[in-house]
Amino acid sequence: MRAITPSGITPSQTVGPYLALALPWPDGPYVVPEGTPDAVTISGQVTDGAGEPLADALVETWQADPEGRFNHPDDPRGAVPSRTPGFRGFGRSATDADGRYRIVTVKPGSLPAPGGETEAPHIDVSVFARGLLDRVVTRIYFPDEAAANAADPVLASIEDPQRRATLIAVAEPVGLTFDIRLQGDRETVFFDV
Amino acid sequence: MMLDLTPYQRPTGVHPPLHSPAYRSTALRAPKHKLVTLPHRLTEITGPLYGSEPVTADDADLTKGHGGEPLGERIIVTGRVLDSDGRPVPGTLIEVWQANAAGRYHHRVDDHPAPLDPNFGGGGRCLTDSGGRYRFVTIKPGAYPWPNHHNAWRPAHIHFSLFGRAFTQRLVTQMYFPGDPLFAYDPIMNSVPDPKARDRMVASFDIEVTEPDWALAYQWDIVLRGREATVFEEG
Repeated sequence: MRAITPSGITPSQTVGPYLALALPWPDGPYVVPEGTPDAVTISGQVTDGAGEPLADALVETWQADPEGRFNHPDDPRGAVPSRTPGFRGFGRSATDADGRYRIVTVKPGSLPAPGGETEAPHIDVSVFARGLLDRVVTRIYFPDEAAANAADPVLASIEDPQRRATLIAVAEPVGLTFDIRLQGDRETVFFDV
Repeated sequence: MMLDLTPYQRPTGVHPPLHSPAYRSTALRAPKHKLVTLPHRLTEITGPLYGSEPVTADDADLTKGHGGEPLGERIIVTGRVLDSDGRPVPGTLIEVWQANAAGRYHHRVDDHPAPLDPNFGGGGRCLTDSGGRYRFVTIKPGAYPWPNHHNAWRPAHIHFSLFGRAFTQRLVTQMYFPGDPLFAYDPIMNSVPDPKARDRMVASFDIEVTEPDWALAYQWDIVLRGREATVFEEG
């Protein structure tokens, strides 16, 4: 094997229109197995600047478990297998013809942050699509966590309350709705990670 | 408790700007507002680890599983997944997809009038080994036309999706083939502003890995961003 010196970071490119050949998994939307107690369905529509649904997008989610832990060696508190059986932390859903995605998960716990701050329960979200040369990243926060959301340092960094509101999921009779608007009125807040 | 959350690097001038007018689909899809900086905290420095997922060896051979040999030029694509400090990224999931040798995707949306190949689906995956190495067997994809502008053709490419070990390292990119005359005309490749960074998406022909009487080989390393070198703790 020859020695290989990395010459720098590989640039991002769009997923294009044909990601369905490899990226959707049959169990992709299930962050927890179907039938898990306290499971919540989060669904929504991904739309463009003309309000048209994206039928060729992929939405991915990553989150802590309900105790606010990650089964990951880089968590300085230690890797902890979740007490929620089958919890994967990761979700992936392609959008359908109406631009809709759907994941089944459990609400994450809040998380300690440097400086003694606490992050409110949240889910990190990546959106991939034709026309996106890099993923765009947003966060889902929970509507029943008003006090925690008010103290969340990331939400606090968004000055405009109307923009901040784009990150809070909406409670529906069944599950939560979190629409992702790439442009236009009420464009979702996206993050530079 | 003191949380040591060493952040990842934030590369500048590497990734394409979301607004790239020459790639027309960005017009209605790239967000208009300035991105908000997200500090790298627990959710961002962790990510899905797929070392134990049921990925089979056949998943890395796109020429198998369809009852016969696909048409086209059989190739081997190998390389390593590294972070920008040169450390290999072991046990990480790579997913690939591509057009067939005629430049046609096995997808209902693709209406390019080139033949589908019943022996080629175009999707595969593998896990990197302990040294961060990967290896796919496939056929060389064809170039194909697309409706971005008059006489627009995509250079031959293979889509690569990578996880790394943290949410911040997630990357989707494309691998190109050396010497393709279409590079100069492709707004997707040229959305990457730095020519040196563009070159990093181009594989090298590899005579050492090429297997006699069987398949040409291409070698392509993928470099994910590493962590910041030094942390200054705030009092």
